[in-house]
Amino acid sequence: MLDVVLRFAVILAIFLVLPLIVGQTEHKVMAHMQSRLGPMYAGGFHGWAQLIADGVKFMQKEDVIPAAADRRIFMIAPGVALVPYLVVLIALPVDDGFVGVDLELGLFFVLAVMGIGVLGAIMAGWASANKYSVLGGMRAAAQLVSYELPLVLAASSVAMAAGTLSLPGIVEAWQWWWLPWQAIGGVVFFMAGLAELRRPPFDMPIAESEIIMGPMTEYTGMRFALFMLAEYAGIVVLSFLTTVLFLGGWHGPLLPGWLWTLAKVFLLAFVVIWVRVSFPRLREDQLQKLAWAGLVPLALVQLALTGVVKVLT
Amino acid sequence: MTEAMPSYLSPTGQEIIFLLLGAVAVGSALLVVTTRQLVHAALWLVVTFGALAGCYLVLTAEFVAWVQVLIYVGAVIVLLLFGIMLTRAPIGRSTDLDSGNRPAAVVVALATAAILVTVVIDGFRMAYTPLTPGQGGAAELGGSIFSTWVLPFEALSVLLLAALIGAIVLSRTDITGANGTNQRGDGPNGLSRTDTPGGGSPPDQTGGH
Repeated sequence: MLDVVLRFAVILAIFLVLPLIVGQTEHKVMAHMQSRLGPMYAGGFHGWAQLIADGVKFMQKEDVIPAAADRRIFMIAPGVALVPYLVVLIALPVDDGFVGVDLELGLFFVLAVMGIGVLGAIMAGWASANKYSVLGGMRAAAQLVSYELPLVLAASSVAMAAGTLSLPGIVEAWQWWWLPWQAIGGVVFFMAGLAELRRPPFDMPIAESEIIMGPMTEYTGMRFALFMLAEYAGIVVLSFLTTVLFLGGWHGPLLPGWLWTLAKVFLLAFVVIWVRVSFPRLREDQLQKLAWAGLVPLALVQLALTGVVKVLT
Repeated sequence: MTEAMPSYLSPTGQEIIFLLLGAVAVGSALLVVTTRQLVHAALWLVVTFGALAGCYLVLTAEFVAWVQVLIYVGAVIVLLLFGIMLTRAPIGRSTDLDSGNRPAAVVVALATAAILVTVVIDGFRMAYTPLTPGQGGAAELGGSIFSTWVLPFEALSVLLLAALIGAIVLSRTDITGANGTNQRGDGPNGLSRTDTPGGGSPPDQTGGH
């Protein structure tokens, strides 16, 4: 019993701390890539407490709900966007034998629950009674529908290779030569995951310079903060999943396993930030074309490759 | 399969949870058809599907439960909401949603429910099977689909393929019927076939012999 409580406490801590670290990293990395310094004052050393200050600021702000909005849906939408990512974390293995719950169908569980998060964005977009928000919500829906397919196909390729759907089982079966073998699938999974999180360059649904943050236009204070937290928790979950499925999780020489997992997660989170700073936003038709004409065929190629190698060996 | 039936008077925790989930599913399903707010109907459907997935979980059909969430909540509802928002999604009550068929719909729904309940009760009566965890996992399900139920599985996949091809044919404006003028290659380079998906010209204008 104590063991279970301890595990869930650690997972909750991970959930609360990692997104903040990723957020602060994003501030600093983006700043340096753009020849600025980023936050420097809050907390003293290189502005490490900037996000805590931001959190305090968000708490003090007035929680405005537009008069024409659908109040109930408007109020629960941030929760719907955030909670799935917390739920997903309980199935992700950090180290050999260290996982919240070892579900036999962990991969399916994770993919299924992650898909719910998008409902939050759609609900927020609709309930805000704002044209830009509705546009953003619709774009989010269209994006999820097209990118869910390559995501699931790429993930099922790994499941085929490992012969199991359990996430710790997949990591256990992982060998170093899976890196080149599953490389296409890994790239497809990561890109589709980015699109599902609506991160740049796939941020057409929230495009701040065009439809003013889309579903989040009308949100203020804590509810807006919850959306931001959902975004960073999403980055953590996506990096974790890519690590577990394609980069071998806790496998690695010398260092302890959990350190390898975290190192890979942070490397991928850095790539997420890097991509945001480097690429311009994709137009809506380019987005759809990339998914249907680019990623889906690539995922199918990976699936065929996995099948052939699996049968031959 | 069947065993001696335990008494109904001391339900197990599983049975209580199953009943509660069933109540949630039926209640939210009723709200889906009675709410006067279009988008709320779709969102109540999410609750219904979630409760159904919970029922599957209690019955140890884990794979079906997660597929239910992945496909129905994650894809079908999102597509439904997308469709509603693309056409009209007013906030607040829509008074013009009733078509006057309410009594007929109630009768049809009750009759369908009665048929299903009768069939289930008639088929199983007092049959009782203990639930063993892990029986609804991927391995067991896959083994049974690809050994016992291969033929229905293949037939279903052919059906899905036919639907897929039908959708492609319907959505492409350059494929005309048998009495149509031509199939392709009307422009000098045959370009008009692929370069304007969606916004292209109506089929009768693409012909140009």
